[in-house]
Amino acid sequence: MLEGLLTGLATAFTFTNIMMVVGGCLIGTFIGMLPGLGPMSIIAIMIPVAITIGDPSAALILLAGVYYGAVFGGSTSSILINAPGVASTVATSFDGYPLARKGQAGKALTVAAIASFAGGTIGAILLMVFAPALASVALLFHSSEYFALMVVGLSAIAAFAGTGQVGKALLMTFLGLMMATVGEGVLFNAPRFTMGIMDLQSGFGFITLAMAMFALPEAIFLVLNPDRSNTGDGGEGGKIKNLRITRDEALRITPVIGRQSIQGFFIGVLPGAGATIASFLGYAVERNIASKEEQEQFGKGSVKGIAAPESANNAACTGSFVPLLTLGIPGSGTTAILLGALIALNVSPGPRLMIDEPQIFWAVIISMYLGNLVLLILNLPLIPYIAKVLAVPRNYLIPFILFFTLMGAYIGQNNATELLLLVGFGICATLFRFADYPLAPLLIGFILGPLLENNFSRAMQLYDGVGFVWERPMTLALLVLAVLLVVLPAYRSRRARARAEGVADGD
Amino acid sequence: MALDRWLALVILLICLAYGYAAYFTMDALLPPIMKRSPIWPSSFPKVLAVGGVLLSLSILLGLEKSPSKPDAADINLSRLHEYKVGQAVILLAAMVAYALLLRPLGFLAATFLFLAGGSFILGERRYVVMIVVAAIAAGTVWYLVDVVLGIFLSPFPLFVSGG
Repeated sequence: MLEGLLTGLATAFTFTNIMMVVGGCLIGTFIGMLPGLGPMSIIAIMIPVAITIGDPSAALILLAGVYYGAVFGGSTSSILINAPGVASTVATSFDGYPLARKGQAGKALTVAAIASFAGGTIGAILLMVFAPALASVALLFHSSEYFALMVVGLSAIAAFAGTGQVGKALLMTFLGLMMATVGEGVLFNAPRFTMGIMDLQSGFGFITLAMAMFALPEAIFLVLNPDRSNTGDGGEGGKIKNLRITRDEALRITPVIGRQSIQGFFIGVLPGAGATIASFLGYAVERNIASKEEQEQFGKGSVKGIAAPESANNAACTGSFVPLLTLGIPGSGTTAILLGALIALNVSPGPRLMIDEPQIFWAVIISMYLGNLVLLILNLPLIPYIAKVLAVPRNYLIPFILFFTLMGAYIGQNNATELLLLVGFGICATLFRFADYPLAPLLIGFILGPLLENNFSRAMQLYDGVGFVWERPMTLALLVLAVLLVVLPAYRSRRARARAEGVADGD
Repeated sequence: MALDRWLALVILLICLAYGYAAYFTMDALLPPIMKRSPIWPSSFPKVLAVGGVLLSLSILLGLEKSPSKPDAADINLSRLHEYKVGQAVILLAAMVAYALLLRPLGFLAATFLFLAGGSFILGERRYVVMIVVAAIAAGTVWYLVDVVLGIFLSPFPLFVSGG
């Protein structure tokens, strides 16, 4: 591990890569504050930029920086104007906004920043310990187990994501998988389902799809309902005076941060759970175990109520990198987009990543420490200035959001047809949101589709049929688990509802 | 019938068309040598089509419990008349226009028109601010993407750059 760590240090501590972390965190914070652009949309916009960089480590470091920055930015807007830009920071607004209303916005931001920093750092340490262990187990897996593992991942995502309706989420997954079969795959040298349209030869662009599924519907909702974009009211909460916290407060939040970082990390590792559930659960757990008089404080501006969701969601963000880096299976919409970016950069994440390209793996981990440090020491003093972005009037904000979704889809492909697809899919996605169909499963299905089919085909060829299902006990066990995940309705009721105003879907 | 079931019906039709292609038309083009392989290009789509049809049917027929009460805070179809549907449709049309005009007009002009037009649609009437913001933004983004990132974006209309 030490050797890897040194490689990572050497890679991460080059001038370019430090700039990537700093730049990524700043861009992420900046855009993450805006309503309507969650981490998924921001990362999707940044992917063409990352691909242009060319170096996979630098690109991944940039995107990871953008990711933490966006989550941090989301908590800032939750605290200052009660408008979480991201679902995973909704819980932060429960106590952050009341505290800001009392004129203590600075204190709320400091607590959030410290909790995020600790959550992210503890998460990174756990990632460093668990990822190599998991990867060494994963090396024993054959294509049939990979196939089964992806099925487990997809069913877990369908079971946890969505609005408690597993059927709808599964249908979305199937739709995503079907869309992935359009075009000329790597497996068979024949175009499929292109209906003779040349532009479909290479399939649908995943950035286009990501934009259409997340950024565009959110922007359309902002247009439809002006109340959603309550920016620029510049109320009392927007004033940041004093960033200090007292010694007593620091002592009170320390155990909260410790517990929630660990809990958040393990929730983040589970596919489909992610930062949103981690933050709500963290908040609920801390409220339940707090003393009587502290319980009274929750919801009225408790520092514990800010520390719990903030450390949990950051640790969960880090935790979601475990399945991505070790198995190559994303557990959330955001990591699915990162997987898409990695594939575009010719890196195949999975257990061999740590052996074949250790510098990428370790540089990402080191950049996580750096990213958290950057957010703490750079962003905190800059927050009063960055928060000015919240005063951008809606009449300018919305055309820019729409324009950035268009650019994101266009830059990667340089193809105007892609823009028409973007608008078409965006309209479909908006209708789906109206009807309570979750969209993250569709995107994850779309990104995992080729990998799933690939492993399925290899297993079929190896065993000359579907015999691998019962000839390999591990595969059978995983597939049974997948069925249980979908069937067991107990999971449904546990899902915390993360639906509030101005919240981007997913985390 | 609620919107989610209408959508399920549409998805069902898509799945049927997809399944028809997978089961009946795709294999015709398969070279004979490939037919000896245990896996065909149509194998995986066949599985997906069956799953998709079954799932969309289950939603269409309402086998799954109907959704819980929609959250008042979230966007809600029954309040559609309160929403600015007109603005949203015009903005989407503007995006389509942008897609179609990007090549002929060039990036700078198309982007300028889109940003200025977008704020106009949303009710902005301070024309000077609008024009200045749109012009600066179009120029800056072009500079960042084309010059800094090195991704080619044709800046001027076709008749200037000569195709």
